[in-house]
This record gives sequence, structure tokens and C-alpha cells, in this order.
Amino acid sequence: MLKAEIYITLKKTVSDPQGLTVKHALESLGYKDLADVRMGKMVVIKLNYEDKNRAEKKINEMCKKLLANPIIEDYHFKIEKEGA
Amino acid sequence: MKFGVVVFPGSNCDQDCFYVIKDVLKRPVKYIWHEDTDLSGFDGIILPGGFSYGDYLRTGSIARFSPVMKHIADFAEKGGTVIGICNGFQILLEAGLLPGVMLRNRGLHFICKHVYIKTENNHTRFTNFYNKDQTLRIPIAHNEGNFYIDANGLEELRNNNQIVFRYCSATGEVSDRYNPNGALDNIAGIMNKKGNVLGMMPHPERSSESELGSRDGYFIFKSVIKWLDAEKIWL
Repeated sequence: MLKAEIYITLKKTVSDPQGLTVKHALESLGYKDLADVRMGKMVVIKLNYEDKNRAEKKINEMCKKLLANPIIEDYHFKIEKEGA
Repeated sequence: MKFGVVVFPGSNCDQDCFYVIKDVLKRPVKYIWHEDTDLSGFDGIILPGGFSYGDYLRTGSIARFSPVMKHIADFAEKGGTVIGICNGFQILLEAGLLPGVMLRNRGLHFICKHVYIKTENNHTRFTNFYNKDQTLRIPIAHNEGNFYIDANGLEELRNNNQIVFRYCSATGEVSDRYNPNGALDNIAGIMNKKGNVLGMMPHPERSSESELGSRDGYFIFKSVIKWLDAEKIWL
């Protein structure tokens, strides 16, 4: 079994009001030296096979088709063996 | 049957749209289940507001893969009239039938209130009952209405007069002050290049009778009917 962790983030050019609000909240807690806070999503997908190349291809497809919107979002992922 | 209102799991303005077409405008209308694949006999299709698939992942991102959507794309390709309202607009964006995308409102709040929008383009099948620059009072109710498109996309929308409605003041002043959700260029509604697919965040079906405080949205449906009549599409 393989496990893919997919991180979906807003592109740098897209404003992220949620991130900004969290940044303000952190600052009000005393964390004053924050340059930026960006929010995103993480998706974990487990695959019923061991072929990493195939997994990479399929996860890429899934991101392009559904998981991320290329107009506003970037994605990256890592794929590793899921322990038995 | 002439008008169709699509029902996705999680749609919640479908009955209002249906009611306005049937009882206010007195035109034939039928529900279209999201798994239906036969759109023959329809001349106008409405994608209503709501929270299709719980708004999971991104608004509209899952509904756009409903079986009916492929057929709506074909219907639009052939020139059929499509209106996406609120969540319906979001679905049309995700489906690529309209350009751009919705971000979360800049204030992070769900906004439910009457706003004013300005008719930027009245030479459309959706707005022929309005004057150019006419201000409409019409309610919005959404969490993701912060329209975004890249600079080239915005330029293209402007050059092709695809921007149909923009948020404004009661007197028609378009400025950031009257932008409820942060939408780029105060955009409240756009259409495709061919002019047969409209997406708008405000709810015309909630402003089609004076009892509801405004009848300004009524004329969007009325415009479509007038256009369809003129095209002799009605039997």
C-alpha cells in the first residue's frame, strides 16, 4: 500500500483572508515576527498498489481534475510506503 | 417543458426558482435531477443556489462532475440559455463554462443581505428589460462570492462586455466601499463570450415579487422569456 499526502495551497498572487486573520490572531498572542501566514488543505490518499510511478501519475491527474483549481491553487505531494 | 431547474444534492434554491417560473412568470418548468441525461425539450436551464455536495473541497467542484453537467455543457455549446445563480454560478466556474473562480469572501463572513448591482451590459438575453447602468436591489447569500480571475482574463471579460453586473451603491456608484465580498472589479455577474451562459451571485428568484421587498430580479427571467419569444424558440 502507498500513502500520498497532497498539499494544496493558494497561489502566491491570490490573497488569503483566512491566513491573514490567523496571522493577526497569532500576533495578538505575542508572536510579532511573522512574515506571512497562508492556509491550505492537506489530502491523504491511500492506494491499493505499490507502483510509485503509477501513483505519481494518478495523483497528478487527481489534482488537476478535482483536488486543486489551477486558477488559484498550487499543489505538491509526497508518496511513501504505508507501513504494514 | 421549457425551463429546467437542476437539482443537485444540497441545492436549496431550486424550489424558489421553480416557483418563480411557474407561478410568477406562468411558464412551463420542470426539475432536472443531477443524474438526468436527457435535456431535450428545454430552452432555458437554471442552476440554482445552495450547497451542492456540502460545498466540500471547493464550492461547485464536485457538482460539476454530476452526470447532468456534461449534457448542460453540450446544451450551452449549442447555444442553449443557462443561468447559474450563486452556487449555480460557482458550479459553472468549476465546470469551465464561465471563466474565473470564487474565493472566500474577504471578510470571512457568510453574507446574507440586499445589495445593489449595476447593469453593465443590457444587450444580453438576460438583461434586455433593463436600462444600461440601471441599479437593481437584490439579495446575496454566500460565503464564497469573491470573484477572481487573472489580469488577462479580466481584460478579456472587459473587452468582450462579458461583465453583466457589478456591485454598486444605491445611486450606482461602483467602488470598493460597495463591494460586499472583495470580488475583483466589483464583479457580481458575468456571461460567456457567446452570451448564452450567465452566472451571478445575487438571487433574482428572491427578488421577483414586491412582497419580498424587491422585484428587480424578476426582469432577468422576463428578459430571457422575451429573448426566447423573439427567437421563436417557444412553441
